[in-house]
Amino acid sequence: MTTVLLVLVAIMATVVWWLVRQTINVSPWIERRPIEDVPGDGALPLPPVKVGLGVFLAVATSLFALLISAYFMRMAGADWTTLAVPKGLWLNTGALVLSSVAMQWTRNAAKRGVIDRVRIGLIAAGVFAFCFLAGQLWGWQQLRASGYFLSANPANAFFYLLTAMHGVHLLGGLWVWAKATAKMWRSMEIGAVRLSVELCTVYWHYLLLVWLALFALLLSTPPRQNSCSPDTIAICGPTR
Amino acid sequence: MHGMIMVVYLLTALFLGGFGNYLIPLMIGARDMVFPYVNMISYWVYLFAVLLLMASFFVPGGSTGAGWTLYPPQAILDGTPGAHWGIILMLVSLAFFIIGFTMGGLNYVVTVLQARTRGMTMMRLPLTIWGIFMATILALLAFPALFVSAIMMTLDQALGTSFFMPALVAKGQHLDYNGGSPVLFQHLFWFFGHPEVYIVALPAFGIVSDLIAVHARKNIFGYRMMVWAIVAIGGLSFIVWAHHMYVSGMNPYFGFFFATTTLIIAVPTALKVYNWVLTLWRGNIHLTVPMLFAIGFIFTFVNGGLTGLFLGNVTVDLPLSDTMFVVAHFHMVMAVSPILVVFGAIYHWYPKVTGRMLNDTLGKFHFWVTFLGTYAIYYPMHYLGFLGVPRRYYAVTGTDFIPQSAHSLNAAITIATLIVGSVQLVFIYNLIRSYFKGKPAGDNPWQATTLEWQTAHTPPTHGNFGPTLPAVYRWAYDYSVPGVEADFIPQNQPPAQKAPSTEEKPS
Repeated sequence: MTTVLLVLVAIMATVVWWLVRQTINVSPWIERRPIEDVPGDGALPLPPVKVGLGVFLAVATSLFALLISAYFMRMAGADWTTLAVPKGLWLNTGALVLSSVAMQWTRNAAKRGVIDRVRIGLIAAGVFAFCFLAGQLWGWQQLRASGYFLSANPANAFFYLLTAMHGVHLLGGLWVWAKATAKMWRSMEIGAVRLSVELCTVYWHYLLLVWLALFALLLSTPPRQNSCSPDTIAICGPTR
Repeated sequence: MHGMIMVVYLLTALFLGGFGNYLIPLMIGARDMVFPYVNMISYWVYLFAVLLLMASFFVPGGSTGAGWTLYPPQAILDGTPGAHWGIILMLVSLAFFIIGFTMGGLNYVVTVLQARTRGMTMMRLPLTIWGIFMATILALLAFPALFVSAIMMTLDQALGTSFFMPALVAKGQHLDYNGGSPVLFQHLFWFFGHPEVYIVALPAFGIVSDLIAVHARKNIFGYRMMVWAIVAIGGLSFIVWAHHMYVSGMNPYFGFFFATTTLIIAVPTALKVYNWVLTLWRGNIHLTVPMLFAIGFIFTFVNGGLTGLFLGNVTVDLPLSDTMFVVAHFHMVMAVSPILVVFGAIYHWYPKVTGRMLNDTLGKFHFWVTFLGTYAIYYPMHYLGFLGVPRRYYAVTGTDFIPQSAHSLNAAITIATLIVGSVQLVFIYNLIRSYFKGKPAGDNPWQATTLEWQTAHTPPTHGNFGPTLPAVYRWAYDYSVPGVEADFIPQNQPPAQKAPSTEEKPS
């Protein structure tokens, strides 16, 4: 559980830091006399959707950190046999990087108001993202073909679970992407999609980071790691 | 089922989904939540989750019999009721609940952050909002742990993976499971489960602070401390989870660590209790029904909290673990206490919701029977726990250490439970009758300062505040201000030319 604790400490530290900045040296019981003294509401200078996305990313981070924590703890079991990560995943990673780059490019274009580039960029980002997802499915197919079934070993189960979780999050992003693209097709207004493009870009980069972390985790898992017997996992488990 | 329904589907949903959705926009001076559409989806997903859970009563094998902790391997093995369909429906329902809650939770947090009206700084928020706000943050970060464990357990049950399931022999047959870790589930579950306690408690803390201030006609004692205590409890609640697992065979040093953090979290909690009592101190206490419930909450919460100190220590917890003492403790501290606040809050805000007052006599009758009745139910359980009577058994017979008197006590508890349960019908009758025949309440029957009582219409119409949003000039607790004629000043009342504030420093 160390992983998730570290992540949560970081998130909570951010929350507490912000809250303390809002609350320290404030004496709300003192009346402010002139109306000009009434401060604003102290909201963040961002559209609510962006704040919402930020909060959602914190939730998703908590989710993935928990999965990674569970991965580490379950890895200590005696029956863990690390699977050979399919080589195709490198290609998929490339596709996801390209997708992220295309998104960033789209965002810059949207900022400058170049409508053709926004269209091309959106399509490219979407196509690469779908390539990634198809590649992931193909990776599953390969694993199944070579006998790495879901229930055969916890390493396999975790592989499917982690990739599926990440894929589902990407699918959610693609839904927003699809709405933005459809809007782009119907109208020539760039203002209508600028916010969506910005949100997608942040989300794409985030999912790329998550994927890189997961991929590194899958690759770096040593072929056979077993320092604890299953009986003592209660004692060994929490330390990792 | 009982525990899960009560803790997650009732208390969490009621405090955050119910009071959160109603009170946040009204109290911060907003027209609506910032993402109303997402809010609507959140509601339907929640309803779907509830229906799934209720459906589990009717599937083959019935609903799950694993208790709210759902510990594997027991939860999904033959011999436990609902080990097939029941548990699957429970887990899927939880997953949907969490998805729905995440949508709602995003709404609460972003609304509090971004939609406050002019002048409503964070430090002018009523403590109700602070409690709901912090509880939502906790829930957003903690529910993923339940989500992960629900999905992994579903896979274990349905597809035969071994995340949590160790090698097992059942009826002489080796099951297909191998090497899984039930303790891993316990870690994930309680990583959610402990913050969950505070997800329920923090909104209750916030609401009770407001009830006490309004009905004692006094500003809340130590507002800033109260806010910081809420934040501190929120932060600490993530590093105490393993005190639910002392008997799982963990390293003694972990036990020591978690016992220490558990006792530390008592500091901000006690601070809040002191502040409530000091708010009452020399206040102009009106013993209205909401106030009775608020005071009842303080008593019950202190009682339940004190037994928590026993259970927080490893050496004391070991013999008491899984006895009726634990049942008494957590029912006092996180079942009865929050429910008293829910009742108090309903009596307090019902006039705003419907425009009519609830009947006072029926309310007082409801309070006294409920309050004293719950003590008749849970107080004796402490003694049963000391005797070593275990929890989770519907009947204990043929054991030497349980004397006949314990059985009589159990019978008395059952009678008290039936009485308390039937009195709730009076409450429901009161809700229905007052809706049609209650005394008209007017806009501000309690003479409270917060914005929800300053709306143009009661009940508030669409958009809450009429053509212009209120501006806020002061904090939420200007009761009995010296030198002011009325004993309260609403938050949106502009300062007079000659404000009588004596505390103000020249700036």
